[in-house]
Amino acid sequence: MTPLEICLLVSAGLFAVGLTAALTRSSAILVLLGIELMLNAANLNFIAFWRYGPERGGPEGLVFVLFAVAIAAAEAAVGLALVIAVYRHQRNIRVEEARRLKG
Amino acid sequence: MDALVPILLGLFVLAAGATALALRNPVHTALCLVPTWVGLAAIYSWAGAEFVAFAQVLVYVGAVSIVVLFAVLLTRLDGAVERERASPRWRRRALIGVLVAAGVGGVLAYSILNTELTPVNRAMPPETGVRELGERLVGTDVVALLAVGVLLTVALLGGVVVAAREGREDGA
Repeated sequence: MTPLEICLLVSAGLFAVGLTAALTRSSAILVLLGIELMLNAANLNFIAFWRYGPERGGPEGLVFVLFAVAIAAAEAAVGLALVIAVYRHQRNIRVEEARRLKG
Repeated sequence: MDALVPILLGLFVLAAGATALALRNPVHTALCLVPTWVGLAAIYSWAGAEFVAFAQVLVYVGAVSIVVLFAVLLTRLDGAVERERASPRWRRRALIGVLVAAGVGGVLAYSILNTELTPVNRAMPPETGVRELGERLVGTDVVALLAVGVLLTVALLGGVVVAAREGREDGA
């Protein structure tokens, strides 16, 4: 197996792990962390294709990953603020019970 | 031999990630995700993307894990998850989630293994130092950079407003 295939397989596995967490865990924080892992898997794909892709190009893959990391940080901040707001209202953070958008 | 390093790092990342998200205590999860992110940074560094590896360590290991720990400590569950685990509804949901995720992962792995990838097996990574990356960021991609700056500011303000809504309502 080439290193490109290994990176892509690791990325697919990481995506599956994140998806499992996002679908099965009931704590909203763990759902958010699963989504973060899925974003990380996408970043790993960008890096793998930047390194081993057929195009001898510029730093497009790196720039894409930097922007994705910045957006993931913003997503984590807003998501965890929402988790804290939900906790204020219903005293727990289980996603099944967060059915109301009205505060 | 060339493939040994990414295989080991990849297995480490997958094992740490799966362990982290299977743990019951959210504090342990947040702490166990740190080696996952460090392992990913090691893979980036191995691939020659040192700057991205440093950014990964700074943002994920430094910032996101601390924010997650704060959120976990501010929202204690007090054993609610433990009680829920026994219910058959949770078991059914967990089974369906695992099946869906395994299906997605299997389809991805199948398509990766059956695609005729033509990797350029160059010994050295593409020469993109920090200088070229910086010139790119403030050159052709400057609009996107400014947009990300605005996005981060808005996200910060939005996070403060959402998390502090209770206090403002009390004051009104």
